[in-house]
Amino acid sequence: MSKPNSFLDRIKSFFAEIGDMAFFAGRFFRELFSKPFEFRELLRQCYNMGNRSLFLVIVTGFILGLVFTLQSRPTLTQFGAESWMPSMISLSIVREIGPVIIALICAGRIGSGIGAEIGSMRVTEQIDAMEVSGTNPFKYLVVTRILAVTLMLPLLVILGDAVALVGSAIVENLKGGVSYTLYFNQVFDALKFSDVFPATVKTFFFGFAIGLVGTYKGYNCAKGTVGVGEASNSAVVYTSMLLFIIDFIAVFVTDIFYTL
Amino acid sequence: MNSEENKKPVLELKDIKKSFGDNHVLKGFNLTLHEGENLVIMGKSGSGKSVMVKCIVGLIQPDSGSIRIKDQDIITMGQKELDFLRTEIGYLFQGSALYDSMTVRENLEFPLRRHKDKIENFQGTEASVHEALKSVGLLDAIDRMPAELSGGMQRRVALARALILKPKIIMYDEPTTGLDPITANEIIQLMRSIQKEYNTSSLIITHDVDCARVISNRMILLVDGINYAEGTFEELSNSSDPQTRAFFKN
Repeated sequence: MSKPNSFLDRIKSFFAEIGDMAFFAGRFFRELFSKPFEFRELLRQCYNMGNRSLFLVIVTGFILGLVFTLQSRPTLTQFGAESWMPSMISLSIVREIGPVIIALICAGRIGSGIGAEIGSMRVTEQIDAMEVSGTNPFKYLVVTRILAVTLMLPLLVILGDAVALVGSAIVENLKGGVSYTLYFNQVFDALKFSDVFPATVKTFFFGFAIGLVGTYKGYNCAKGTVGVGEASNSAVVYTSMLLFIIDFIAVFVTDIFYTL
Repeated sequence: MNSEENKKPVLELKDIKKSFGDNHVLKGFNLTLHEGENLVIMGKSGSGKSVMVKCIVGLIQPDSGSIRIKDQDIITMGQKELDFLRTEIGYLFQGSALYDSMTVRENLEFPLRRHKDKIENFQGTEASVHEALKSVGLLDAIDRMPAELSGGMQRRVALARALILKPKIIMYDEPTTGLDPITANEIIQLMRSIQKEYNTSSLIITHDVDCARVISNRMILLVDGINYAEGTFEELSNSSDPQTRAFFKN
């Protein structure tokens, strides 16, 4: 096959995959509201995803707050604006950096895990075995996982944001002698509903994207161990790209909404 | 043979065709499985045996033809009816296909979650799991994970899972492949005892001539997507046709 053809084929297959993923998402919404509901599996997945990501989110959030404050401090000091530190850090973390960084971490941790798990179930015929035993594997594996990430990611982001602010407060206390009470008073004064609400809403979409891409890649995994690796890897790559696109749309929509 | 023909057919395939692009796998395959019969399908690798079995359980949709299980056409059937009918079929996968994130107990409980009402005189989940594991001699492994079991043990647990809903038909996809001769023989004996105990009809896909000799009432050779030859083990193994005889050379 000549090069232009292969390039065209790649573009074609990319759009075919997008279309296929849209059908996959449509099936998710159809199956979401039809009986039987897999509550037990949903709770299990919520526990797994939430609990197993907890440590990673706490460590990442803490370091994020710590480093962000350490890096910003000298610049603000130059302009004599140290007193703006709590407001600036809290707005940056809650509105943008926190959700995006935590979502990216979860895309790596949860998205690739889902892709690899469902992919290996596909390759070892476990999904076929489920179907033959009269259980709908889409409902049991896909719907529960997408829903679980969609519900858990906002909680993880809120936790990550809170820990990041604690990390930032520690630096401010050690470097600038700002008391914890003063720091958090300034943080809560700076944050408004219009900052917190859109940032939280977009994390539901982030969670949905992580779940959708991970399950799609795993469910349609090619045969063999290479297929499982590719499913896991491409789940992370596609999700990361999608997260930035969703973030752009969310910021754009929020901007339009609040300038009206 | 005649006694088999007098029995009621539980599964009938008529003129099944299936292609994947230009690869015509099944080109008009026919099959009738009677009540209580052990029917062995033999064929070369890639001859379409697994595709045929997957068509029967609705995992693959054939391009044309009809598949009737207990007088119901599964091709025109809705998803709910198909799911219910699948409880009448036990399927032993080639690689066992045990759910590796679940214990042996949970693997066996899984099909019962939705379909325990279907079992006559249901004694409870725990009792059903114990009964199925006892029939394959693996009650001790009830709380172990599939990864902790040997290949033969995994195959037995998979068989117990296939039996848990007390199906009328069991499909075995290469039940002895990848096992040592002693374990393979144990699985064959287990299949025989299960057939007696549960009075099932069995469709067995195998390359294993010993397995076919011990277990088959009737055999079909699948070559180039069609029924190449049909008969008892003795009839086929003594055939004058060189291609038929080639299957029985060790």
